[in-house]
Amino acid sequence: MTTSSDHPARYSLTAIALHWLLGAALAGLFGVGLYMADLPFSPLRLKLYNWHKWAGVCLLALSLVRLAWRVTHRPPALPQPIEGAMPRWQRLAHHATHHSLYGLFFAVPLIGWAYSSAAGFPIVLFGVLPLPDFVPVDKALAEWIKPWHEISAFAMAGLVLLHVAAALKHQWLDRDGLVSRMLPGRG
Amino acid sequence: MKFFLTLTGIALAGASLMAAAPAFAQQKLVPAQSEIVFVSKQMGVPVEGRFKKFDAQIAFDPAKPATSKIAFTVDIGSATLGVRETDAELPKPVWFNAPKFPQATFQSTAVKNLGGGKFEVAGKLGIKGVTQDVVVPVVLTQAGVTTTATGVFPLKRLAFKIGENEWADTSMVADDVQVKFKLALTGVGKL
Repeated sequence: MTTSSDHPARYSLTAIALHWLLGAALAGLFGVGLYMADLPFSPLRLKLYNWHKWAGVCLLALSLVRLAWRVTHRPPALPQPIEGAMPRWQRLAHHATHHSLYGLFFAVPLIGWAYSSAAGFPIVLFGVLPLPDFVPVDKALAEWIKPWHEISAFAMAGLVLLHVAAALKHQWLDRDGLVSRMLPGRG
Repeated sequence: MKFFLTLTGIALAGASLMAAAPAFAQQKLVPAQSEIVFVSKQMGVPVEGRFKKFDAQIAFDPAKPATSKIAFTVDIGSATLGVRETDAELPKPVWFNAPKFPQATFQSTAVKNLGGGKFEVAGKLGIKGVTQDVVVPVVLTQAGVTTTATGVFPLKRLAFKIGENEWADTSMVADDVQVKFKLALTGVGKL
């Protein structure tokens, strides 16, 4: 796998760094979210909830940076042989998955933030910086919002799995080296 | 006739007793228009709670603050943060220990008129078996028959052992708690 066609144009280093950093952080945050929701009332639960919120706000900010980078730096097009070999549904799924993921990068944390505000527990970033509430304190609204943070997070997790499965298919089944576009290194 | 006279005598004696009793006999708290709120900080997040049941015995004469007496009882088991899971924790021994200490009390020791409807009430605050001296600033406003007393004062939750063991960690729940109150009273004389 050293022919030139195995080394399609790469993503920029910034895009690569943001991709892996956010990928790992989102997976971690998803795991913490699943774990903490079932904890009994305890200092650990209180700590994890606040850390989860702080990290979520940081990822929201990083996602904004990522989106800004994405719209100002056109990513490399799919290599012609690969795109040509893709059936139409795959091309649609490829774009739909990426667009939906970007949408969820914002939707999931914003819904979590809204829930926190509505429930009467405004986010105080790192325990020092109070963030504004963009919804009023309203217990009924909070109960309505609550499941959507989980539903949207699971939707994102599902799309991430699909994204990983597609990457692995390219790597191990198609052996077309597409994944190297998102890996740092020489070449 | 003799019986009737005796009855009248008792009635008159009762009436004169009522008249002689200080004005506070008629001073009453209007619970529906009153509130006692406490604001604690959990990892920097202000969290508001309130007591749903409390009562006051008040003998307050704006003209003679020095002779005034203000007593309070708060039903500790009525504390709520508005979250079911947390409310189930509050009566437990590490927090308020409501079964053992069902009531918080306040008993004034001195009332000072600072002028302009402002007063300073010093007294003893008892929560969870601990009694501390506190000085509470109070602002009085009057509208119709209702006198409204409002004020805010700080207290240190650890001084009253509210939040013990693992919950004594002030990086989780701050030691400082703000107590805010609005008390509607009837029967208070003109300011």
